[in-house]
Amino acid sequence: MTTIEAQAMKRLLRSLANINPDEIGCDDCFEVVDQFVELELAGKDAEEALPLVKDHLNRCEACREEYRALYRAVKKLSEQDD
Amino acid sequence: MKERTNQEWLEELQGPQKSRAITDLRNYLVEGLGYALSSHHREDMETLIEDFVQEALLKILDNLDTFRGESKLTTWAQKIAVRVAYTEIRRKRWEDVSIEQFIPEDSGMDFTPEILTDRDPNPEQITTQDMLMDKVIKLIETELTERQQQAIYAVMFGGMPLQEVARQMGTNRNALYKMIYDARSKLKDSLMLQEGISPEELLEVFDLK
Repeated sequence: MTTIEAQAMKRLLRSLANINPDEIGCDDCFEVVDQFVELELAGKDAEEALPLVKDHLNRCEACREEYRALYRAVKKLSEQDD
Repeated sequence: MKERTNQEWLEELQGPQKSRAITDLRNYLVEGLGYALSSHHREDMETLIEDFVQEALLKILDNLDTFRGESKLTTWAQKIAVRVAYTEIRRKRWEDVSIEQFIPEDSGMDFTPEILTDRDPNPEQITTQDMLMDKVIKLIETELTERQQQAIYAVMFGGMPLQEVARQMGTNRNALYKMIYDARSKLKDSLMLQEGISPEELLEVFDLK
């Protein structure tokens, strides 16, 4: 018997229901995530400029983790320059 | 660190006096990774960061011709360093976990213990949820390829990172994302065609709206 946790099942069901034919993959996200971070740090609407990147970050935990780390790093380093 | 435009970075990193620029970039990345990885507490973090940056620098210098100048070069380089660091951290964390362990040995699956703890107490809804979950599991087994099943079990149910599942399956992270996308599409379509269950109903039954 394999037990599947409720959270895991919900994760799968949500990912079925919210599928988007325009979804991009991890490579396309990686390609522009540095621009995405810079737009955000410049106070611009990164989601509007790169909606599919935002969509991928919402879906992909690994990319989201890396995006957050990059954001932290660039933000801190740019604060030092000011 | 000396302020440089992207153009200056590119020229200096590839010019005859590149060691100064490389040192500056290395220091920038080391400091940046310190912030990037601030939530990871390990005693050997400083050494690890040095190693990550060393590996990242090789990649960066090898790939300067792919830099399109759409962000600052330092942000682009930091992105590569972050990717190198997380790839390694996840590999170490998951290297002893096999994707095989998430593949059910028989088709009988048991959701009851965990699922009961966090769902709606309405008995009618519970029955509907159980029925739906059974259907989804059956569709996973009948509609998906063996590799798609492996991927869904390890990533969605096992919570393993994509890169590690990809490594064990002999593919890469991007291809695995697409494989899972296809599997999700197939499941969604089969639920609709075979069971008449729409995505909206799914969300409703599980209070996911």
